Amino acid sequence: MQTTLEPQTSFEVTDKGFYGHFGGAFIPEMLYPNVEELRQNYLKIIADPAFQAEFWQLLEDYVGRPTPLFLAKRLSEKIGATVYLKREDLCHTGAHKVNNTIGQILVAQRLGKKRIVAETGAGQHGVATATVCALMGLECIVYMGSIDMERQKPNVDRMRMLGATVVPATSGSQTLKDATNEAMRHWINNPVDTHYIIGSVVGPHPYPDMVARFQSVISQETRKQLFAKVGRENPDYVVACVGGGSNAAGMFYHYLNEPSVRLVAAEAAGQGVTSGYSAATTALGKPGVLHGSRTILMQTEDGQVTEPYSISAGLDYPGIGPLHAHLFESGRGDFYAITDDEALQAGFQLSKLEGIIPALESAHALAALEKMNLKPSDIVVVCLSGRGDKDLNTYSKHL
Amino acid sequence: MTLTQNRITDLFAQKSERLLNVYFTAGFPHLDDTLTILRGLQAAGVDLVEIGMPYSDPVADGETIQKSNGKALDNGMSLKTLFVQLADCREEISVPILLMGYINPVLQFGVENFCKKCQEVGVDGVILPDLPLDLFLDEYAETFREYGILNVHLITPQTSESRIRLIDDESDGFIYMVSSASITGSTKGISESMQTYFERIQAMNLQNPRLIGFGINDHETFDTASQYANGAIVGSAFIRHLDENGTSPESIHEFVQTIRA
Repeated sequence: MQTTLEPQTSFEVTDKGFYGHFGGAFIPEMLYPNVEELRQNYLKIIADPAFQAEFWQLLEDYVGRPTPLFLAKRLSEKIGATVYLKREDLCHTGAHKVNNTIGQILVAQRLGKKRIVAETGAGQHGVATATVCALMGLECIVYMGSIDMERQKPNVDRMRMLGATVVPATSGSQTLKDATNEAMRHWINNPVDTHYIIGSVVGPHPYPDMVARFQSVISQETRKQLFAKVGRENPDYVVACVGGGSNAAGMFYHYLNEPSVRLVAAEAAGQGVTSGYSAATTALGKPGVLHGSRTILMQTEDGQVTEPYSISAGLDYPGIGPLHAHLFESGRGDFYAITDDEALQAGFQLSKLEGIIPALESAHALAALEKMNLKPSDIVVVCLSGRGDKDLNTYSKHL
Repeated sequence: MTLTQNRITDLFAQKSERLLNVYFTAGFPHLDDTLTILRGLQAAGVDLVEIGMPYSDPVADGETIQKSNGKALDNGMSLKTLFVQLADCREEISVPILLMGYINPVLQFGVENFCKKCQEVGVDGVILPDLPLDLFLDEYAETFREYGILNVHLITPQTSESRIRLIDDESDGFIYMVSSASITGSTKGISESMQTYFERIQAMNLQNPRLIGFGINDHETFDTASQYANGAIVGSAFIRHLDENGTSPESIHEFVQTIRA
């Protein structure tokens, strides 16, 4: 399979890394050489035929791609529209995260890097990073908030079993935001031989674009699969959850310039948008700078970043990727805020109707279906970004 | 860039050796310590003062300054409060003042409003590590110039020669030389490779004066740094001193004496 991996014209990132007002590279001078090295080389590296061959071979033989596009008949009946699930939960390691880590580890090798640093919240990106580091024999250091390490112990053990060093982030609120700060500090302290594998479409340019390109395989396959099933590449809606937004960027990528396809993003409302315990960034945030890019983020009036809350650790992030901020501001995307309870119910519903236990993150995307006023003729593709095994503890409390 | 004349440029016109710039976080250890510490530092004879604007996510800072930022925010510090505290400081404080911090709180305050307030209260310059040079030049340089506020840029051991030349061309005031590939608060001393970097920059004959910061924490490191630049910047060591010994003029004087010896 060959890729297009080409940028889409009107939502293409600019040379300086902007999507509309959002993006850029707001980084201290200490990180400038690393980020600049990446910026100057990533497109060349990705376009190289040898890179392409290795990337696609690994996606096929190691990750298990293409992932199926599954017609969820009983769910469709319940929702009142035709619902397909893009089964990223069937990827090796249990989520879409590995599409990106495979791509980035190949980039890191070509930049001559010897060590990988990464941040993780729930541990999914940490596991996907530790996995590819084991595969390629690179040293791997993962920063994880010390509170998250307690909450997600199985993933900590998985990373350690894969040979990674898991370092607790003890600063600030000791969750994903702080793990990201610590990973950036580690990169500042080790600028020459280390590559930072960011797990989402966040961070300074070129990360949001690079990660979106690696995840774009999701919509690339979907177009082809949908055409084979219903004779058209374009559904009426594509739906994905957004924390930082990497599976959504992948699900949207090849539909960005197809105005007939509505892009639907499900954000985590936590206990309710106005409850004070929420991660619904577009509902609660304002433009600002976080982790190297200008985006929409949850913050106080004084510009201090606030701590988000969601039942789903993967959506528990105070910002969104700059592409998504642009989709929100331009009206190209529809953003729904899904509460913990709505996500849980959607997770239970899919389990019973289709025999698929979704990750709590993906359950937010499923819950959005109930709010979209769908017509019976509508065709909807939901990105089922991950499987729910890691969330059994949480689900079982609500059985 | 046209040299804007203010207290910083005046200082470097008069003095070019062993300048001591001391950093403290506004609102630490207590919300109302800002003027007390400013007075103490001026009385102790420091050449410049850098006031940290606390931020929730200071990525370029090590543990000491992170914690002082967190404490200051818990104490209720904000840019609004800081400007109120500094409103009349120029009646008694003549030492040049820089504000150091991260871009997001400045963006929320409004860049123009921020520059205007700096001018009103007598702040001479700012250091915003996560506002890179090209973005500054594209979007904010004009506003800073309009209000006479200097923006100090950083260079590191990894900064290329051509970029250092560019930064030198676009700087006024001084260049902040980050001593090593590190965040603030390193206590490893000054290594040979750091001295090689200092010599390399010294040999470039830049137009702007240079102050070395990060890892300067005692007399020895201050002395070594001063041999290769116009002086040095002390931050984390002073925060630790304030934390352990309080903010009395005697205590601050003693700290500055230890550095200068």
